Amino acid sequence: MILQLGETIDAGVNARIIALASRLETAVDAGKLVGVLDIVPTYRSLLLRYDPEQVRGAALERMLRDMGDDPAGTGAPARYWQVPCLYGGEIGQDMDELAGMKGLTTDELIAIHSGTDYRVYMIGFAPGFAYLGGQPEILHTPRLPKPRQNIARGAIGIGGQQGNINSVAGPSGWRFLGWTPVRSFDPARAEPFLFRAGDHIRFRRIGTEEAHELEARSVAGETIITPQQALT
Amino acid sequence: MSIQVLSAGPMLTVQDAGRSGLRHMGVSSAGPIDRVAMALANALVGNNQGAAVLEFAGPCGSFRSNRAVRFAVTGADCAIRIDERKILPGESHRLNPGETLTVGVPGGAVWAYLAFSGGIETPPVLGSRSTHLRSGVGGVEGRSLKAADLLPLGRDDPDAPCLRIAAGLDHRSLGTERGPIRVILGPQDGYFAPEVLARLTADDFTVTAQRDRMAMVLGGVQLPAARGHDIVSDGTVPGSIQVPGSGMPLVLLAESQTTGGYPKICTIASCDLARLAQMPVGAHFRFAVVSRDEGEDLWLLQQRKLRVALDTLVPRPRDFLHSEYLLSCDLVGGIYDPEEVVRPVPLHQQEADT
Repeated sequence: MILQLGETIDAGVNARIIALASRLETAVDAGKLVGVLDIVPTYRSLLLRYDPEQVRGAALERMLRDMGDDPAGTGAPARYWQVPCLYGGEIGQDMDELAGMKGLTTDELIAIHSGTDYRVYMIGFAPGFAYLGGQPEILHTPRLPKPRQNIARGAIGIGGQQGNINSVAGPSGWRFLGWTPVRSFDPARAEPFLFRAGDHIRFRRIGTEEAHELEARSVAGETIITPQQALT
Repeated sequence: MSIQVLSAGPMLTVQDAGRSGLRHMGVSSAGPIDRVAMALANALVGNNQGAAVLEFAGPCGSFRSNRAVRFAVTGADCAIRIDERKILPGESHRLNPGETLTVGVPGGAVWAYLAFSGGIETPPVLGSRSTHLRSGVGGVEGRSLKAADLLPLGRDDPDAPCLRIAAGLDHRSLGTERGPIRVILGPQDGYFAPEVLARLTADDFTVTAQRDRMAMVLGGVQLPAARGHDIVSDGTVPGSIQVPGSGMPLVLLAESQTTGGYPKICTIASCDLARLAQMPVGAHFRFAVVSRDEGEDLWLLQQRKLRVALDTLVPRPRDFLHSEYLLSCDLVGGIYDPEEVVRPVPLHQQEADT
C-alpha cells in the first residue's frame, strides 16, 4: 500500500512522510499495529507492506486515514553528520570535468559542495544508500548516458539534482567528485546503517593522509563519525 | 555436519524466508522466488518452512554429505541421481556419507529448490541467511555457490521417515492455478492512457530471456506512458511492474531494489508472482485486474491450501517397499495396494485432532 503526499521533491512533504513513518513505527513497537512488515518513507510517499493474514488492507487504510497528517512533523529529531571527503583522485574521477563544465576552479567546486547542507530524503536502491537533496543548482548535472560498471563504495557523486554516498560497490551513471572512508553500510558492524531519512549531512574536505588513517579505522569495524542533533 | 559442494551451476544460492522490515534501509528482502516450492521442500525433510535451502536456475550441481541426511527437490522436474541411481523430485530421499547427489536442470519451470534435513546454517546477516547477490550479503560470502564450498547443517532427527505429498497433489503446481496472472492497478496507472491500460489485459505478453533474481523483462506488448517514464523515486515491492522508457514492462522479483524511478502500472497479486516467475522463456500469458481485497483473498486461500498440503505429507511408500520388505511379504496370495500396505497416516493429524 502506498500513501502519497506529493509528486515532487519537497522538503516539507518529505518531513511529513518521515514523521508519519515514525508514528507508525511507534505504533508497531507498542503492539498497536500488527501485520505491518515494512514501513518505507520515500521522497513523497510512504510504502507499507503488510500480511493480510494479520491485517486487511481496508482496515489499514481506515487506520491511516484516522491517524491523519501531521504537518508539524513529530518524528525523531533530525541528526547532523559531518562526512569526511577526499576530493578528486581515482574515485572522484569526474571532479576536474565537473569544474570545467561549470566554469569553476576545482577549489571553488569543492567549496560549494562542502559548503552545502544536504538533507537525506530517503534511503533506497541499495542497503544504506542515502539520496541527498538540497544541492545548489550550479552542481546539478545530468547522468552519464552510459553507466559505469564498477563504482567504489564510499564514492560521493551527483546525479541530476541529487547527491549521494555510495554504500556498496556497483554500477552507476552518476558523476563522482570524491570518496569517503565512512561506511554507510557495514553488515558486520553493531549498527549496520549510519544514515536515516531526515538526517542532515555536510562534507568536510580531508587530505590523503587523514583519508588513509580513517580508512584503516573503518576497515577495523570502527564507526568513524557520530551525529549531532541538527541545528535547524 | 555439513554438505560439500562438488560442482555448482551458475545460479545456485542459499535462500531462507528472506529479510523483513529493512526495506526502509534499502535492504531488499531476497529469499525464494517461489516460496511455496521452498516451503514444500523444507516440509518434506522435516524442516521449518523458513529454513535455508538451495535455490537454483539452470544446472544445480553435485553434493556430498558427511552424515546421513534427507533431501528433497521441488519447484520443477529435475534429473536427480544418487551415484547412478535415479531419484524422483517432489519427495524426500536419504543421502548417505560417501554417496554423491547430482541434481540437473529444472524442466518445465525455472526456479527449483533443494532442501537438506536440519537446514543450511550459514551465518545469518541482518536477520537472514538469504543471499543477496547485488549487495553481497548472506549465504556464502554473498555470492553464488562454487565447488569446494562447505554448507553447515543444523540438527535433525536421523530416524525421521522420508516423505511425499498426498495422492492427487502435484508438487509442481501446489498452491497455483491456471488462467491469467492477477494484478492490482497502480500506484502510477494514472501515467498511462486508457487505451494503453486496456492493452494490459487484452493482449498477450511473453516471457523474455532477460531475467534473473532481481527482475524479468516482458515482451509482446509496449506500454508507453502518456505522462513520461520518470517519477520522483518511490517504494517498490516484489511484484511491482515498472515501465521504463523502452515501454517494456519490468517485473520486480525477490532481489529487486527497494525504490525505483519508473512509473509502476500495477502490482502482481502475491499469490501469482511465483507462477509468472516460473514460466519458461517464450511462454505467453495474459493479465487480469483484481481489486486489492480480491488479491488479499486469493493470497489467504493460497496460504490455506499450502498449510493443508504441508499438514498431509505422508511417509514415502518406497521406504517400505524395498526388496527385503517385499521378500517378507506374501506377494503370491493377492495384489496389494501400496497405499494399503503402508497405511499412510497424515503427519500432525493427532495434533490437529486434539
